[in-house]
Formats: sequence, C-alpha cells, structure tokens
Amino acid sequence: MTEKTPITLTVNGRNYTIAVEPRRTLADAIREDCGLTGTHIGCEHGVCGACTVLVDGEPVRSCLMFAAQADGKQIRTVEGLAKDGELHVMQQAFMDHHGLQCGFCTPGFLMLAVGVLEREPDISDEDLLDVLSSNLCRCTGYQNIVKAVRAAAKEMRGQ
Amino acid sequence: MTSPAKFIGRSVPRLEDRPLLTGQGRFAADIDFPGQWIMRVVRSPVAHGEIKSIDTREALKLPGVHTAWTAADIAHIPPIGFRLTGLKQLEAYRQPVLAQRYVRYVGEPVAVVFADNQYVAEDAADLVEVSIEPREPTLHASADLGVFDHELTSEAGVVEKAYGDVDAAFAAAHAVVALDLSIGRHTGVPLETRGAIARYDAERDVLEMHGAAKVPHWNRDTLAQMLDRATESVQLYEGHVGGGFGIRGELYPEDVLVCAAALAFKRPIKWIEDRREHLIAANHSRQQHHRIRAAIDAQGHILAIDNEFFHDNGAYMRTHAATVPDLAAAMLPGPYRVPAYRAKGHIRLTNKTPCGTYRAPGRYESTFVRERLIDAIADKVGVDKVEIRRRNLLPKNALPYALGLDTLGTHIVYDSGDYTLLLDKALSAASWDELQSDLKKRRAAGELVGAGIAMFVEKSGLGPFDTVRVEIKPDGAIEVVTGVASIGQGVETAIAQICADTLGVDYKTIAVTHGQTDRIARGMGAFASRVTVMCGEATRLAATKLRKEVLRAAAELMQTGVEALDIVDGEIVRTGGPGPSMPLAELARALPHALSAEDTFESSHMVYPYGVHIAVVRVDAETSGIAIERYMMAYDIGKAVNPKLVEGQIAGGFAQGVGGALYEEFLYDDSGEPLSVTFADYLMPTAREIPETSIILSEDAPSPLNPLGLKGAGEGGVNPVGAAIASAIDDALQRPGAVTQLPVTPQRLKRLLAGRRQSSTT
Repeated sequence: MTEKTPITLTVNGRNYTIAVEPRRTLADAIREDCGLTGTHIGCEHGVCGACTVLVDGEPVRSCLMFAAQADGKQIRTVEGLAKDGELHVMQQAFMDHHGLQCGFCTPGFLMLAVGVLEREPDISDEDLLDVLSSNLCRCTGYQNIVKAVRAAAKEMRGQ
Repeated sequence: MTSPAKFIGRSVPRLEDRPLLTGQGRFAADIDFPGQWIMRVVRSPVAHGEIKSIDTREALKLPGVHTAWTAADIAHIPPIGFRLTGLKQLEAYRQPVLAQRYVRYVGEPVAVVFADNQYVAEDAADLVEVSIEPREPTLHASADLGVFDHELTSEAGVVEKAYGDVDAAFAAAHAVVALDLSIGRHTGVPLETRGAIARYDAERDVLEMHGAAKVPHWNRDTLAQMLDRATESVQLYEGHVGGGFGIRGELYPEDVLVCAAALAFKRPIKWIEDRREHLIAANHSRQQHHRIRAAIDAQGHILAIDNEFFHDNGAYMRTHAATVPDLAAAMLPGPYRVPAYRAKGHIRLTNKTPCGTYRAPGRYESTFVRERLIDAIADKVGVDKVEIRRRNLLPKNALPYALGLDTLGTHIVYDSGDYTLLLDKALSAASWDELQSDLKKRRAAGELVGAGIAMFVEKSGLGPFDTVRVEIKPDGAIEVVTGVASIGQGVETAIAQICADTLGVDYKTIAVTHGQTDRIARGMGAFASRVTVMCGEATRLAATKLRKEVLRAAAELMQTGVEALDIVDGEIVRTGGPGPSMPLAELARALPHALSAEDTFESSHMVYPYGVHIAVVRVDAETSGIAIERYMMAYDIGKAVNPKLVEGQIAGGFAQGVGGALYEEFLYDDSGEPLSVTFADYLMPTAREIPETSIILSEDAPSPLNPLGLKGAGEGGVNPVGAAIASAIDDALQRPGAVTQLPVTPQRLKRLLAGRRQSSTT
C-alpha cells in the first residue's frame, strides 16, 4: 500500500514526474506533489465539487480519482485558466457578477463550468442549472454564480 | 471628506477577487513548513462513557509515526475559556483539550498522533485502541435531567430575562395563545474545513499559529495564557478563510494541540480537518425547543409574552458559553410592542457535538418562534397576518426604543427604524394583494400554494472598540491595518472604499491588512456583523487624522495654507484653481514614515437593522417536496457601503436559511451515534433548491451611533427564513399553525399532509 509508483501528470501543459502510492488521490497529488494548491479539498467524498479539475476535457472530482489513474492524461486546473495575466472569460464573469465571496469553492465551480461549456456550448439554461447544482457553495446563495456562468456562456458562444 | 463620496455607496469590484479566481489563495491547507509533522486526532466512537484505556503501541510501531499524546501528556493545559457571555457557573462544563476520564460525544478528541504525512497519520490513528465503558447518553434537552458527571446535572445554567408584570398581564388577558415549537440542529459548515499550523521559532522565542480566523487577537491572548507564555511571544496569522458563519475561527481543542505540540517537539505541526470530523467536531448550533405563550387583548394586541425554552448545547460549554440562548432570550420581542416579557432559557447539555454560534445566532430561532406566535395570534382574533403585524409594530416615533433587556454586555436600544414603512415597501414590491387573489385562485384549482411573511430586528456593530492605523509608505503605497478579520465577506473592499473617500484616493490603491496579531496590538475580529460598522468608523477616524496630517505637511512644502489644499485622486491640489500639485507618493518620499495615523472607535451600544421577508411556496402533495416559487427580502441597513456586497450577504444568508428551514439537520440514533456525517446525509441546498430572489436594500434609517449611519449586513438574509417559509407552508395547506418544527423535511410534511386529509374528511 505504501510502495510508490512513478507516474507523469500533465497539468496545464506541463509534465510532472512524481512517485505516488497507489492510494494517493489525484487531488493530493496535484496539491502536494505538483504544488498547485488552487484545487481545493472540501469533503473528500465526492459531493461538494471544490476539487473539480478537467481530465482530458471532462470535469472530474479529483478527490475520487487516484493519481495513478490520471497517469499520462491531460489535466487542467484553475491555475491554467488565465493566459498571460488575462483572466479567462469565466473568471472575469465571476468577478463582474460577484460570483464569489470566500473563494474556496470557486476553482471547482470555474473548472466545472468551463469544462461543460467547452463540451456543450449551447447548453440550455435549465441543463446548466442542473450541472451547477453538482457543486456546493456556502457563501453566495448561488444566484450570482448562475448569473456569472450564464453571462460567460453567452460570451464563449460569441467567440 | 470634502469631496462627495466616490466610492462609498457604489458597487465597485472587490479587491479580494483576483487571487481567489486564479488559484493563488492561501487557505490553511495551502500552508506548509519544512520538516512539519501532521497531526491526526483520535476521536471517541462512543457518545457517553468512561475511558478505561488508550493503547497507542501499535500506532507508534508504524514507520513514519513520531509520537502520540493522550490527556496525561498535556495535563498542565487547562480547558479553553469563554469569549462571550461567560457565566461563572458554566465553567465546570468546559471541554478538556483531550478527554480525561469521560467521553461525552462521538467525535470528542481522546488522543492525537503525529506522523510524517496525512496518510500515515490516518493509518496510525486507526491503530490507536480506545477502550470505553459506555454510559447512558442524554439526547433530549427538554426531557428529564441527565448527568454530566457524578456531581453535576445536565442543566448547566438558566438564562433569565424579564421586564413588566407578566403574570398580571396574563391574568387580565382577553385570550392566551400558547405554542410548542422546535428548531433543528444545524450549523455553518464553511466549505473550507478547519485547519491550524503551528511552529515555534526558537531564535525569537515566538510561537506562530497560521490558519487563524475570526478572532485572532482573543485566540492569541487565550493561547498565551493556556500555554503559560507572554502574550507577545504568541502570534496568529490569518490567511484566506473559506467561510466563517460563526463556527470557523473560534478557539478549539485542535488549535491548542498544534500549538502545544510545536512547543514540545520544536517541529512545525499541521492539522487539517476532514469533512467527517468537521460535521461531528466543529460547533453545532440552533437546536432549541420553546414553550411560548402570549397574552392578548380582543384586537390581538400583545399584552405579554412568556418564553420558556430548552437550549440543547451538546456535550460542553465552548467559547460562546451562554451567548446563543442569551441572544434568543433577548432578541425575541423583535419589532413589536411587548409591554411585559419574561424569558427562561434552560441551557442543557446532551451527548452530542458541543454548540456555538451560527449566523444570526439565537435570532433564526427566536424569529421563527415569535413570528409563529404572531401568525397564531392573527388566527385567534381572525385578522390576516399583515394586519396583526401592523397592530403590534413599534411606531416610528417610538424609536430610539429601549427594550429593557441586555445582551452581549449591552443594553438593547433599537437605534433607528421605521418598521411600518419597510413593511409597506415589501408588500408593495411583492404586489401582496394581487398575490393573495392569485394564490386563492390557484388553491381553488387544487394547487397547494401559499405566501408567508416574517419581520425581524437584527443586531450588529458590537463594540466595544476597533482600532485602525492608516499609513502612506515611502513608495506611496497606502495600507490600512486593522484588528478585524476577513471570513470572505469583502472586508478589504468595504474598508478601502471608506478610507479612499475620506483620504481622497482611489480605493484600488489601498491595501487592507487584517488578522495579523503582530501588525496591530489589539483587535476584536469579525463576528456579530460588526466589521463594517466598527472598523469602518475607525477607518474613517484614522483616515481623517491622516488627511489633516498630509495637508499640514503639504502646506508647509508647497508654501501655502492648509485651507487652500485638497486631496483628489491621490494628488494634493489647490482648491482655488490651477497651480502646482503634488502626488501623495511624492510627499511620502519626502517625509518617509511620517505619514501615519491611528484612531479608535468605541461604542457601547449595538446598532439594529431590520427587515421583512416574503415567501411564496408550492407544496407537492405526492412527494411532500416544497418549492420556493418567489422570495423577497427587504432590509434596512442605514447605509450600504457597497450595495452589491450587501446583496451578496443577504442572498448567501438566505440560502443558509433555506437549508435550516427545509433540508439541514444533524440527527442521532438512540445511542447518540451521529447520522449526518457526510454531505450525502447533511443536505445543504444546491443551485437547484435556491430560487432567484429579489432584494430591497433600504436606507431609511441610518444609525445615529456612527457618522456614516452604518448598520451591519451579515445576518439579515438568514434570520427570518425559517419563519417566512413556515408561514407560507401553513398558507399553502390552509392550516394556520401547522408547522411547529424546523426543518420541514419531506417526512414531516408528509405527516402534516396526512393530518390535512384527515381534517378535511372529518
């Protein structure tokens, strides 16, 4: 159980060759072995979604995936959203619509929303609400998150 | 302030957002120190029992495990004291940092292990063998008294408050309305679990604790006392905090343990709570059972209220001591004229997780109880629920109004307000009369739909003081240093807005430093919706002083009179017209470290915002589900520094209120085993359950207790949600008084619906 296996995680386009125990979660590997602490751990049982990252384009609860399962896959985290200091449309929309307060759940919501809209840009408002109800936020009461994602969706479709 | 406000009152973007949006936040779990050990807590699996033995031998054999502690190893550390409302008699019920002879709830820390990493630490904790002889648990606060130990019963104390002649009023009453009401056990549950990282710097002889929140100065002082150190040799550091809500940042056993261990082992010690631990070990709140009676006259005017209640405080008295039941007793009268009042609150201990405050502590509970009572009075005298409120509301000319009760060391004096005006605004925004006829039609067509209303008075801006220092650095950077804390609510932005307008600079050029005990000698922290009021006014005072100092120094350098100068957009300019000007940064360079001012705002009274919520719900007779169709919140906070942030506070509080009204509840089985230990059992609302709301931000009644007229905004969103939704469910079922217990879960609603079918067939 404690024997370590070498794996390579590709996170935001950069390769991290690390050695992990088979039981090590992807969330812990991203945070501790790759040093990317923008991915947050809120429940470790797959409900709150704070740890959501994109694995080969799909939103994934990184607390429910083993790091070894992500070997060789393309992983995207919140640190990879802004380009050259310019915020991603989704990040800007969260700022404009006051879609965050304490900011702990925010990376998970950003990755969830970006992942879904890249895959399904024309998603209906109703379906989008279903998707967003898969993550928990305790500060905002969700209304501003929903507004922000809808605004970003519009802009992402326009591009 | 000489120029009109440029930032106060405007919804400017937050200064806090960028690092949080880009993954650059520094939350507790993000802090690491080289050579650190990870601490894992071994917790009692039994609700009540006597510890027979704790065996750590197997755990210590595991590679990567360094050592373990039980109570005997830290016998010199006293229990954690009381921060607020600390009655002497409650001290015997404080929680030991590690359980000594008895365990009193599932989750109570009985030992800790220290290891190289989290995985090994958890393995080791599993190997610690704890042998406990079970005792009968006490699980119901209003049942017969249980035992705390061989001497003490489960009633830790009684909160009593009263004014007027209650017995005479009841004797002379036209009628008496009596209700039996309960509020469930729920709590704040911030998305970031707790965490604490301590390290000892031998060179400076300083103990540091990172991951502090809410009340860093009080925690620093208390830790120093408990660990027998000089105050200044303990420093606390607040990073980003993933939500507060009352629960996060209080001083807990785990905080003391990491600090004691860092001192003992001369190693950085890191502890990060997992979610199961959080749900059984961090403060719970709210659980209360009221037996309430009102004496009324023939028109439904209240003559007296008699409020007896049982507060289920869980296993121990923690830092809040009697705060929650005290507030519940003191704030119950709300916006109504209550000529005589008596409250008797039994503080009862049970073998469940200990309790503390949760956003609108004591008021979510007492508003539910009071507003249920008002609805029942309406039903008794046969008037509608709006009319009964109009008859009983305190009129505008009654304010300021001394209630005749005390709480949190202050006399309750409603400082300003026009309750009837806000009620009218809310009713008109909700088109109340049309709404009523529409709902009537829909009910006639077979739908179970109804509207509810609840009114409340909040409290905020608790003193006694806050101190702020404003400084212009030699490089021109402006820093505000304060002893308050940020729990995610937007403190930095609001304080920067106030400082910017006072000083005459852009709010974006101001950095606000908070929660660092080594930067300012004292501070009160962030609780009781106090920050914008107390720190806001302290900031205005300090910035006013600094502005004077800047103009005096500039006048000398620019060889003109102070009255000829102004500061506009960070530039010292001539008021009379064109002429040479000077950027603040240039002055700061010329006078390094001279441009600094400190001031303190003291206040012995709280300020009292007030509000009205209106709910429209639809009950599904098949599934017993409840959908909130519309929800409207009107709140008067005197003056909104940043309306968008205030609305954010209200909307967020509302969602928590819905959780407590319909979904969230910590349940236990008959042996005291907690049943709500994951997010799959403890149901917090998601985006699906929270409807879009409308918010009326009203500024009719600025507080006379501070020049900007500020009142706090943190708790008005959550306060009356249980009350308003209960009232709407009654209306949907057309059964006044049907809801007597929160949360109204599908199971409970199903029972109500069964009762409804019965009553309609008999």
